[in-house]
Amino acid sequence: MSTIEQEMAHAAKGGHHDHHELPFIRKYIFSTDHKMIAKQFMFVSLFFLVIGGLLATMMRWQLGWPSEPMPGGMMLPDAMMAPTPDGAIMLPEFYNSLVTMHGTIMIFFAIMPLLVGLFGNLLIPLQIGAEDMAFPRLNMISFWLAVPAGILMLSSFAVEGGAAGAGWTSYAPLSASGEWTGVYLGQQLWLVSLTILGFSSLVGAVNYITTVINMRAPGMTWFRMPLATWALFVTAILILLAIPILAGALIMLLFDQTLGTGFFRPEVGGEPLLWQHLFWFFGHPEVYILILPAMGIASEVLSNRARKPIFGYHSMVLAIISIGFLGWIVWGHHMFMSGMNPLLGTSFMISTMAIAVPSAIKTFNWLATVWKGDLHLDSPMLYALAFVSMFIIGGLSGIFMASTPVDIYIHDTYFIVAHIHYVLFGGSLFAIFAGITFWYPKMFGRMMNETLNKVHFALTFVFYNLVFWPMHNLGLQGMMRRIYDFTQYDYLAPLQPMNQFISIFVFLLVASQSVYAFNFFWSLFKGERAGNNPWDSNTLEWTVPSPPPHGNFPEMPVVYRGPYEYSSPESDTDFYPQTQPPPSKPSVQALIPEPVTPTPEGF
Amino acid sequence: MTTQAMTAGRAPMPGMKVYNLKLGMWIFLLSEVMFFTGLIGSYVILRFAHPEQFAEPGQVLNINLTAFNTFLLICSSVTMVKAYAAIQQGDQQGLKNWLLATIVIGASFVGVQVYEYIALAGEGFVPIADAYHAVGRHMPHDGPAIGGQLYGSTFYTMTGFHGTHVSIGVLCLCFTYWRAAKGAYTADSLGGVEIMGLYWHFVDLVWIILFTIVYLI
Repeated sequence: MSTIEQEMAHAAKGGHHDHHELPFIRKYIFSTDHKMIAKQFMFVSLFFLVIGGLLATMMRWQLGWPSEPMPGGMMLPDAMMAPTPDGAIMLPEFYNSLVTMHGTIMIFFAIMPLLVGLFGNLLIPLQIGAEDMAFPRLNMISFWLAVPAGILMLSSFAVEGGAAGAGWTSYAPLSASGEWTGVYLGQQLWLVSLTILGFSSLVGAVNYITTVINMRAPGMTWFRMPLATWALFVTAILILLAIPILAGALIMLLFDQTLGTGFFRPEVGGEPLLWQHLFWFFGHPEVYILILPAMGIASEVLSNRARKPIFGYHSMVLAIISIGFLGWIVWGHHMFMSGMNPLLGTSFMISTMAIAVPSAIKTFNWLATVWKGDLHLDSPMLYALAFVSMFIIGGLSGIFMASTPVDIYIHDTYFIVAHIHYVLFGGSLFAIFAGITFWYPKMFGRMMNETLNKVHFALTFVFYNLVFWPMHNLGLQGMMRRIYDFTQYDYLAPLQPMNQFISIFVFLLVASQSVYAFNFFWSLFKGERAGNNPWDSNTLEWTVPSPPPHGNFPEMPVVYRGPYEYSSPESDTDFYPQTQPPPSKPSVQALIPEPVTPTPEGF
Repeated sequence: MTTQAMTAGRAPMPGMKVYNLKLGMWIFLLSEVMFFTGLIGSYVILRFAHPEQFAEPGQVLNINLTAFNTFLLICSSVTMVKAYAAIQQGDQQGLKNWLLATIVIGASFVGVQVYEYIALAGEGFVPIADAYHAVGRHMPHDGPAIGGQLYGSTFYTMTGFHGTHVSIGVLCLCFTYWRAAKGAYTADSLGGVEIMGLYWHFVDLVWIILFTIVYLI
């Protein structure tokens, strides 16, 4: 520990950086430090994660006990609930808003900013050895654009007509005119909010790409970059190219709503299908924006906690790149049921299935990484293993959706709800838990409580599967998604017990997140102090104090090797930091094993 | 503008081939390409799907006026190049003069576009679906409408977003001029002028494509 203290003392003295204390507002609010911006993104998006979860519980009440008074429903305004003597019953319009806002908030305001805003900001400069982002002030602007976007999105619940109710995909013409949903201002706020958020992501993406290309430390070649940074880099490229398409579409839809243009309104000669094409041309790269950083995080944690080099580093990088590329030519698989030429549908089916190849490469590489590893089954590893296993299930159900003939049957049913949650909750969110737990000591200088994390992991993993696995069955039995009251159909009414089962476990799933929340805040103050490198990791962020000082690296780091050389015979310890110079000549000689004469026992 | 400012406040990292501002601008322009691709692509799809909603070239839109405007914008690209060339030689007065010329020509482009919008709206060529009634140039106002609202919707969206980009460009040029007047640029430190030029040429290029697709084809 004394070396750590020395280093911290060195950092406190400031090395060659001048350390003048910034005023509170510059340090915590309008900060240009990438680490602080990462934390800001984390707190805001965890808040939205809670909001999104609460919206889901309300939906599940309606689905478990259709049109029965909701506990606590009397507290909500009449625009959302119909008061009866026994209590308040949810209105169908409000249910539509819940469906829409749950999807929108979780995708755009929780998972995406957690993966890109938190981990992109935190990890990219630290893992490539940079002092900060290429454009620190733009980075601050990126965060402060996301905040008003979030406020606008939430405020739409309070306006007349309620929040947007046309689904997170906001298909036209349903979304293009308030006549259909009864939502006027709410839908417009949705559009404006996402446009602002898109600009925020765009500014961030420009920053990430420039930083990775230009700010790498000496010796940090492309193929010595940690996989998390690789994944975030490719993700930033996807954001850069996909978000402008969404922005264009959002603005056209906003014009349809406000100015009276007719891009997507068939009654005046517009094309509703155009919206679907534009939306999914953005939307499918978006799917990979939401999973690639998660894959990167899982790769870091798995290799570190198995104390083994990642299996097939180059193939992992190439798989990330090819997933990023293939993501652009598959958007039509969301539209098999929208009136698509079957021949075109087949080509989209084939290109979609081609993505299974790089995904499988990654999955098998993860398995080979942990195979016969020295597994440290602590909480980041458990979350990362859950990520891999849940991603496999989600990936396989994706193949079902990609096959046109199967999709015709299961399209727009709970099967797709199960699929999206297996990749987005089981995939992305478990990787986020892994990442937050893994880098928590780097962010705050303290460890999270291991026991509480294991309790949280066990509860979440079990409840999560009990919630989303049965949804596959609901879908196969024909229960459509986004439906307010499925019991109105005789053939769906028998599904109510299964829906109640799911709802009960959703409540438990949401409640069990409080364990993580408690642990998160408790550990901020009471967690065990972490040294520079609590996980014995190789990458650059673990060579600096926790939390890293302003400017990150007291001296410019020099990189000598790739990030995953665990259990290397060249090193005395089972890890081999990227900055540690290779041993001098004689010691290399000493490492070359004596020529072994095969003995009968040995062979 | 010092070398430090060109790399946004820090010493350049080893191996950096293009300074941060310039690389960042190129990356940002990539996203701009995608934005205009979305708008232009939508226009192409709508026009193929509903040819009856669009008019023949020159029937509604005034090609001569816009050709003049296109010429103006191309001239402003030339003056922008001259501004950059001047500061490369360390000629700060030349930089200011050519920047001022670029500002004036760029603002004139926006002015002509506003004039064009007002004239078109007066002829019933509006983006609003219910109010669209473009009878064509020099035709009596009560004649049959040419094309349909998709024509108006796409025209104003595409040219409007381009006009917004030019207007933002003019504002940024004014900022660059203000900094140039303070002597912030030298032959060794001209990153701000260079990225301004990149953006300006991009906006010019987009206009040439828009002019061809919207007015001429």
